[in-house]
Amino acid sequence: MTTLGILLVLALLLVVFGLLFRLQILTSIFSGSSTREVGTSNRVNAILCLIFLVVGGAAFAWSFADSYDKMNPPIASVHGLATEKMFWSSMIVIGIAFVLTQVLLFWYSYKYQHQDGRRAFFFPHNNKIEVIWTLIPAIVMAALVFAGWKEWTRITGPAPKDSVVLEVMGKQFNWLVRYPGRDQKLGVVNYRLIDATNEFGFDLSDQNGVDDFTAGEIHVPKGHPVLLRIRSRDVLHAVYMPNFRVQMYAVPGMPTKFWFTPTKTTDEMRAQMGNPNFNYELACNQICGRGHFAMKMSIVVDEPDDYVNWFAQQKSFSEQNPDVLASFKQKSDKLVEKATVVPTTAAAVVPAAAKASL
Amino acid sequence: MAANFPTHEQVQGGIGVTEPGHAHDAHHDEHHEQSFLQKYVFSTDHKVIAKQFLITGIFWAIIGGTLSSLFRLQLGWPESTMEWLTPFLGKWIEAGKLNPEFYLALVTMHGTIMVFFVLTAGLSGTFSNFLIPLQIGARDMASGFMNMLSYWFFFLSSVVMFSSLFIETGPAAAGWTIYPPLSALPQAISGSGAGQTLWLVSMALFIISQLLGGVNYITTVINLRTQGMSMSKLPLTIWSFFLTAILGLLSFPVLFSAALLLIFDRSFGTSFFLSDIYIAGQALSNTGGSPILFQHLFWFLGHPEVYIVIMPAMGMVSEILATNARKPIFGYRAMIGSLLGISLLSFIVWAHHMFVTGMNPFLGSVFMFLTLIIAVPSAVKVFNWLATLWRGNIRFTTAMLFSIGFVSLFIAGGLTGIILGNAALDIQLHNTYFVVAHFHLVMGSSAFFGLWAGVYHWFPKMFGRMMDEKLGYIHFWLTFIGVYLVFLPMHYVGIAGFPRRYYAWTGFDTFSQFADLNKFISVAAIVAFFGQFIFIFNFFYSIFRGRRATENPWNSTTLEWTTPVELGHGNWPGEIPAVHRWPYDYSKPGAAEDFIPQNVPYSQTQSSNLPYEKEME
Repeated sequence: MTTLGILLVLALLLVVFGLLFRLQILTSIFSGSSTREVGTSNRVNAILCLIFLVVGGAAFAWSFADSYDKMNPPIASVHGLATEKMFWSSMIVIGIAFVLTQVLLFWYSYKYQHQDGRRAFFFPHNNKIEVIWTLIPAIVMAALVFAGWKEWTRITGPAPKDSVVLEVMGKQFNWLVRYPGRDQKLGVVNYRLIDATNEFGFDLSDQNGVDDFTAGEIHVPKGHPVLLRIRSRDVLHAVYMPNFRVQMYAVPGMPTKFWFTPTKTTDEMRAQMGNPNFNYELACNQICGRGHFAMKMSIVVDEPDDYVNWFAQQKSFSEQNPDVLASFKQKSDKLVEKATVVPTTAAAVVPAAAKASL
Repeated sequence: MAANFPTHEQVQGGIGVTEPGHAHDAHHDEHHEQSFLQKYVFSTDHKVIAKQFLITGIFWAIIGGTLSSLFRLQLGWPESTMEWLTPFLGKWIEAGKLNPEFYLALVTMHGTIMVFFVLTAGLSGTFSNFLIPLQIGARDMASGFMNMLSYWFFFLSSVVMFSSLFIETGPAAAGWTIYPPLSALPQAISGSGAGQTLWLVSMALFIISQLLGGVNYITTVINLRTQGMSMSKLPLTIWSFFLTAILGLLSFPVLFSAALLLIFDRSFGTSFFLSDIYIAGQALSNTGGSPILFQHLFWFLGHPEVYIVIMPAMGMVSEILATNARKPIFGYRAMIGSLLGISLLSFIVWAHHMFVTGMNPFLGSVFMFLTLIIAVPSAVKVFNWLATLWRGNIRFTTAMLFSIGFVSLFIAGGLTGIILGNAALDIQLHNTYFVVAHFHLVMGSSAFFGLWAGVYHWFPKMFGRMMDEKLGYIHFWLTFIGVYLVFLPMHYVGIAGFPRRYYAWTGFDTFSQFADLNKFISVAAIVAFFGQFIFIFNFFYSIFRGRRATENPWNSTTLEWTTPVELGHGNWPGEIPAVHRWPYDYSKPGAAEDFIPQNVPYSQTQSSNLPYEKEME
């Protein structure tokens, strides 16, 4: 019944609009404005251009100022501070160009609206000003490119040797994280070995992998370079950490990497934001399927000492899954007929290794 | 005798040879009555084909807009029930909520439809077809038959794409860029099943249509120009259509190859794009493929594609601005030069879409450099448009308003390209709403504005009637303000890092701050979408009941306005006019009127001839 009512109202509205439209046509015929080449509408539109410029410009400025605080995710990385500065200085450059050109566009539209008896100025070209306004953007662009290129090479250059290394792996629809353990070497993995327990596909016949451990959230130390090794085991994902200005695709079959240096611990950021629940977040930023929008992991930035302690408390994957380790041992026994040395408990040596890595 | 004007049979046979400017054209009124099917359906007349492209494009635009309204509902009110959409969407509403995979299908199909079916086929298909023969002085396209095939391949492609909206597993849902492995594996998302297959088939047909059209446009512009119409006297519209066709011809085959390889990966077990994948509890046997290879192939088309979309709009806007400012376009040669520069550069910037894909950072540096160069010819174009308005005598026709709107939106969207082209800044902004806002302004909305400007401007020549100006004004202001209300705030959301293609942001603390702004954007988008029905009404009403047009209602200089109101196949009832001057002799000092058509010889305009033109008297 209500649907019918709504449809009826809509139909009536359409009829009213139709009648108004016909009426408008008839009045314009009777008033003769339909045959005039340039009528009052011209003046109205010219004024609207000016109003649009003034009111629109003011609304833009207001809304921008109003949203400014909300649109800056707080920065917590060294290169993030640099790119942020570059972003806003580039924004100022394009902002100036934006205002200048838009003002000219609508001001000219208003100012040079049709007037009877006036003739437009025949001005087909002028080489001098054309050269000038080709060169100016070229020079500005060159400056921006140079600044961007310098920063880009610095960010994507090789990670410092003493970086803390960890591996982030994307899968539908969550992130998995792996640390290299006390030997500071990530072990070999093979996607064919993946199953419900061995989500990374650890190949534990590789000694480097025996002390690797996985974690439910990412921990990194403040003030030390962190090298993310990134891969995916199914479709494309992208590691996106807005607070650190970090983004890199996770590509199946092609490991990628990104390094950065965190500058603020989670606690410091909580204090700065006045939000005791604040957490750094890792999001997926490349469409990956149904759960794309919920593919999240927390990142904890610790003081270096806390990081070392946390590192020491982690149990290696092989330790937590002795069955998996045993199955590899069996296989390698069979194949090589030579027993490998079972590593002693890793935990005791870890703090030293973690410290060494800092 | 028959060689001078393609008779009906010749045009249909695809061997029409048009030699312009000679006598013996009179017999063209004699040919027999065409049946309805020949005249309106399987027509080889470029004007009819143009209208077919336009109306199909309008149909697709309504579909594409409806899809966007649906996902804006989800983004504006992520917590609300969508139960009321069940009669419309059926099983895609689950327990009052939009299915997240269907959400991805919506954004995928919105992008595909708008970029390819509306702004490529609907825009360049319509106006390249309609204007090339009319503005260069030709009876028809070089091959009317290929031209007809071009439309019908597009139609077939449309049917396939449209049918994919209704299948059980849903339409393609891997994003309009269909990056594998997501698009290759039905296990990954249900849209990558039959929906993706139909998408690929449809796009293959679409590419055939584009190539048939493109070859024709290029051949026609090169071979069928009327007497005196040298390349340096071509209207900028023709230059832009010509270069657009070249871009399409060189880049669409690469998309075809990408689609073909993807079909192989999906159906025949190859590993071009697949490697080391464990999905749905199973390790796949594919190794050695590279998903990044697909992205290179895709964007090798994908980037020229945005210029394929925008260049025809640039050409038409140049034409309309000059006509209605009653001034020559400023820097005609610089405008051609910048079109050439953009065309060339558009082939060597594609990897700026891939800065953070793991591509070698050195390549990133190269592409950043090339990308920012392309801003220079774009800036030159903007300055020239502004200079064209300066000291003009502006008539605000609806087409003129949309052209001014085009320039405004092109500036607003183009400038943020300078930010995104900077690889260091793209790290943060890649795939955020900043990108979405950027390309919706610079290629989406701008190209749409070019399309509307073109329709309002050339409607009298298409249908012999005028569109209603008042409705046009309402349509313009509503759309113009609407577009800014949607896409300016979207930059804020993007700077805050909101990822695109998210069903909801509610799961993240980082993305919790702009719920109200997203509602606002949704309201603006939906209102602006409904505003388009004003245009659609105006368009169809005016076809049948609009005020009758005169031969040259805008006092324009180009050749199409020398044709009669009732246009037959063959365009000019008598001889094709010869061309004597460039297309922008507006408000020439000393001239009797404020425009001198291209076909008026210098000998008739001695009072206004410039010194170097005196020799040509």
